[in-house]
Amino acid sequence: MTTEYAKPLPRPTAVSQEFWAAARRHELRVQRCRACGRHIFYPRAFCPACLSEGLEWVTVSGRGRVYSFTVVRRAMHPGFRPDVPYVLAIVELEEGPRLTTNIVGCEPSDVRVDMPVEVVFDDVTPEVTLVKFRPSCLGREGEEAGHQEE
Amino acid sequence: MTLKGKAAIVGIGEIKPTRTPEGKTSLGIMAEAARLAMVDAGLRPQDIDGVLVGAPLVEAGSIWPSIVSEYLQLQPTYGNLVDLGGASACGMVWRAAAAIDAGFCHTVLCVTGEAADVEAFYTPRGGPPSTLPWREFETPYGPMGVNSGYALIAQRHMYEYGTTSRQLAKIAVDQRANACANPDALFYEQPLTLDDVLSSPLIVDPLHLLEIVLPCTGGAALVVTAADRARDGAHPPVILLGAGEALSHNIVAYAPSLTTSPIAMAAPKAFDMAGVTPRDIDLVSVYDCYTITVLVTLEDAGFCPKGRGGPFVEENDLTYRGNLPVNTHGGQLSFGQPGLAGGMSHVTEAVRQLQGRAGERQVPNCELAFVNGNGGIMSEEVSLVLGRSA
Repeated sequence: MTTEYAKPLPRPTAVSQEFWAAARRHELRVQRCRACGRHIFYPRAFCPACLSEGLEWVTVSGRGRVYSFTVVRRAMHPGFRPDVPYVLAIVELEEGPRLTTNIVGCEPSDVRVDMPVEVVFDDVTPEVTLVKFRPSCLGREGEEAGHQEE
Repeated sequence: MTLKGKAAIVGIGEIKPTRTPEGKTSLGIMAEAARLAMVDAGLRPQDIDGVLVGAPLVEAGSIWPSIVSEYLQLQPTYGNLVDLGGASACGMVWRAAAAIDAGFCHTVLCVTGEAADVEAFYTPRGGPPSTLPWREFETPYGPMGVNSGYALIAQRHMYEYGTTSRQLAKIAVDQRANACANPDALFYEQPLTLDDVLSSPLIVDPLHLLEIVLPCTGGAALVVTAADRARDGAHPPVILLGAGEALSHNIVAYAPSLTTSPIAMAAPKAFDMAGVTPRDIDLVSVYDCYTITVLVTLEDAGFCPKGRGGPFVEENDLTYRGNLPVNTHGGQLSFGQPGLAGGMSHVTEAVRQLQGRAGERQVPNCELAFVNGNGGIMSEEVSLVLGRSA
């Protein structure tokens, strides 16, 4: 069954395309500054801490913790209306950076702040893969969590 | 560097909020608020030589100072758009004082206004596609406007400090009691209990519907003039005693801290400039797009220690009759949020209270007010200390 993806999609830029290309390969990559060693997210043209242009892409663990979360019960964009309630979260990666994401593969009521999570790649269209997270204790049955249908 | 005592607010104008535009336009509302402020100050258009404008949120337009100047037939020697979201109004007050102090002008009109309703506010705006980071790295995951951003702050605050929904609800309840003494408030004569707040639907956990501001139509304007010109007005001038500003992130995921806002930098600057402390303050008039906003503001401005905001709001009476009056006009939660004029409502209320013309909700012997404007998701903060003229 093919249904058209009705939610807003990211539009990669010259600076960010490696992040999205890696996600399509089911790899979580962020930039690291060769000069000061910091991991950087979102992608930038230079290190905002030391202004070095010497950034490299590195694959990170994909492990992190829920820094905070909310259960969205009324969607603003119509594309998300079939999904409510869903979990919008900030995940802090082991390597430091925080990112906005969804927690999938569990009930919204099971999500807690500081819960360990691991990355899961949601191939929402043939071209775009979104980076989401699930509770890290989940077994293989949660693999396709991003595609679960009620 | 100081702006202490350099300028004063000598006129205010405010349009009573309504749920819908009722045929009005944003520019029409801005102009009417400006007219009321000039009349209140006893000034004519030719007395105005500076214009600061906040752009309406649901109106297309650019170069707003000229749009406003044209309508009012002003020829200012200083004009600017102040783009600090909900902090814009407070940002205008010190920017006006700084321009006056630098000699670019002597009397500045600060204008905000919005013709919108809740549907217009929450309908995604048209226009060219955004290439900004929020569009690429947040929108695809389904944030609910800024609501979800404040929910993320509230959830983290609960985790770090044990803050409860009941404590947050107390803020909405006390402010509603204030609104019930303000005939201009959108929720006048509609008292609220803790259980009303807690039994209203969860929208973005942990925030309930009655902890979230209602976008509406309205407008507000101020006249700021040099202190040495301020004596001639119809009302006692309200003196700018202190100001501080601090900015940070745009997307809440990238905030240095979710629970300590840039107010922790802005407010001390304002208090230091004024030479006073939170203990000296008679009226707290601070941005309240959500209950959590007030709680974090009270902590970061130093009214209570970090993390103690929950017990603090429970232990103190925040109504106009209470020991620590907060948002005596009802706050935007009960007054309404007419775009950037919502942020200005905290300034107009402080002026009314300091001038002794707040009517039924007048705080006795109100001499010093702390005002805070907050933009984005606790991203842009401007703190002011305002005082009754000596």
